[in-house]
Amino acid sequence: MLRNLCAFAGWKAIRLVLLLAAVSVISFMLIEWSPIDPVQAYIGADMLRVGPEQREAIAAYWGLDRPPAERFFKWAAALLQGDMGTSMIYRQPVSQVIAERFAASALLMAAAWLLSGLVGFAAGVIAAARRGRLIDRAVQWICYTLASTPPFWLGLLLLMTFAVWLGWFPVGLSVPAGVLADQVTLADRIRHMALPALTLSVAGIAPVALHTRQKLIDVLSSDYVLFAKARGEKGAGLLLRHGLRNIAIPAVTLQFASFSELFGGAVLAEQVFSYPGLGQATVEAGLRGDVPLLLGLVLCSAVFVFAGNTMADLIGRMIDPRIREGKVL
Amino acid sequence: MERHYRLTRRFMPGNRMNRRQRSAVTAVLIAVLLAAVSIGAALLGQGGLNTHLDMRNLPPSAMHPFGTDWLGRDMFTRTVKGLALSVRVGLAAACFSAAIAAAVGLASAALGKTADRLLSWLIDLFLSVPHLVSLILIAFVCGGGMKGVIAGVALTHWPSLARIIRAEALQLRAADYAHVSRRLGKSRWWVATRHFMPHIAPQLLVGLLMLFPHAILHEAAISFIGLGLSPHEPSIGIILSEAMRYLSAGLWWLAVFPGLALLVVVRSFDRLGEHVRCLTDPRHARE
Repeated sequence: MLRNLCAFAGWKAIRLVLLLAAVSVISFMLIEWSPIDPVQAYIGADMLRVGPEQREAIAAYWGLDRPPAERFFKWAAALLQGDMGTSMIYRQPVSQVIAERFAASALLMAAAWLLSGLVGFAAGVIAAARRGRLIDRAVQWICYTLASTPPFWLGLLLLMTFAVWLGWFPVGLSVPAGVLADQVTLADRIRHMALPALTLSVAGIAPVALHTRQKLIDVLSSDYVLFAKARGEKGAGLLLRHGLRNIAIPAVTLQFASFSELFGGAVLAEQVFSYPGLGQATVEAGLRGDVPLLLGLVLCSAVFVFAGNTMADLIGRMIDPRIREGKVL
Repeated sequence: MERHYRLTRRFMPGNRMNRRQRSAVTAVLIAVLLAAVSIGAALLGQGGLNTHLDMRNLPPSAMHPFGTDWLGRDMFTRTVKGLALSVRVGLAAACFSAAIAAAVGLASAALGKTADRLLSWLIDLFLSVPHLVSLILIAFVCGGGMKGVIAGVALTHWPSLARIIRAEALQLRAADYAHVSRRLGKSRWWVATRHFMPHIAPQLLVGLLMLFPHAILHEAAISFIGLGLSPHEPSIGIILSEAMRYLSAGLWWLAVFPGLALLVVVRSFDRLGEHVRCLTDPRHARE
């Protein structure tokens, strides 16, 4: 068992290293090909006051006159030592910017992730238990509609209704403006987080609900459920004993594997509510041409998604002996 | 479903359509609706886009069903034109994406084990970074604009379809006629185009249709963020991001109607894909 787990961890670590290496090579190549001149981006609005000699001096200072391969290895070597460069827009080390913002984002994403998982699972179970009835069709209709809804538009609607019109929640940011950091209460933070988290969770309900519904329908039409019914089991007891146990693992796995969509949704939700998290930093880095920060965020999001997939695998192995023993399901 | 079916039978005795035929009719109706949006945008003309400073910020009325914006432009005209633009961009991106997916899927089945392993790893690699993040990176690299959006959406959306096509083509590779063809000296290219291609064509069509909704949504998202189309090409994403600035002023119609229209179009594409999938799936043919 322990040896098995070590092999699993080792294999995963190799995959992560390979993945990060590939992602950094591809991202670096993409940036290299782009028509954006890094010297120009660095100078920005001062371009009239900077002469050709000064441009060359800037390029030499940043090492931009060196061949791409050499620059890549320099960047990668620094990266291995934990130095991701300096963010141009925040004037801070990239790792520091990411660490600060990850704390805010992690809270938001965790809340949304839990909420969407619970609501989606419950909706899926109810729909499958009442298959073909009105509530089943309503759940399906709502799920398909939610899947087609632009998440940022949903955020706008919530913002309009609850923040502007009813005034229940603040319009943006993660803490009240003009209040010292040590005076911000937990209630303040939750109030600021509520709407973005709601937006993000509504966007994540549809996949888990539809998946759970389908799985439970499959289970309920199986032979052993038929036999259980023949023995006289029915109602909630039948559902709990034979249904939920079987569908819990795939639902948890799916929810962990959805970290990619979660991160993407967080970008949009944070943008609508001006919530200072990783997503908003990604947008700012893209809009204002902050290459070190953008590269750092790409790598960070890859690690995040990888962590989600690994946890999904791990939980599947822990709960289900069939996966552990390498049998195909 | 059953009850609904019986009711239609009872009240419309002349109507003998089965489920497949109804599916086909619905698919055609949706396609007509989507075509109407594109054609309607061209027919509407530029009249509604002129600024009328005396008609600023009007709520929805009979004359302006979606209201007017802060420059007095008719929001209905803007919405329909924006939708048509979004659909065009989504269409182009989805087509490119499906082409990449077909090439990768076929190649990994036709070129042998090493290529398959390499391409599978490539698929996993593209799925390992969130779509929106890689979309931002690619749009940034292309310097924004329509080219960046189409390239970004096309390059981020192919992996899931490529997986489906790869699985399908791998099954075909195990078939006897594929073996015989290879033994008779036909090239890998010949086998891929003559034997695999016709089989995966329906899958590819359905996959393409299923890509549309995602492509349109991501186009809107990246334009909303500000890295997509420029404000001179008002797609729905641009309209919504402009509307965000006027929300606190109470101009709710600027955001509600364009977003709702986008939702309806995306949902229609989704339904269209679903109906076509049912029609091409042999398991549904018995009904």
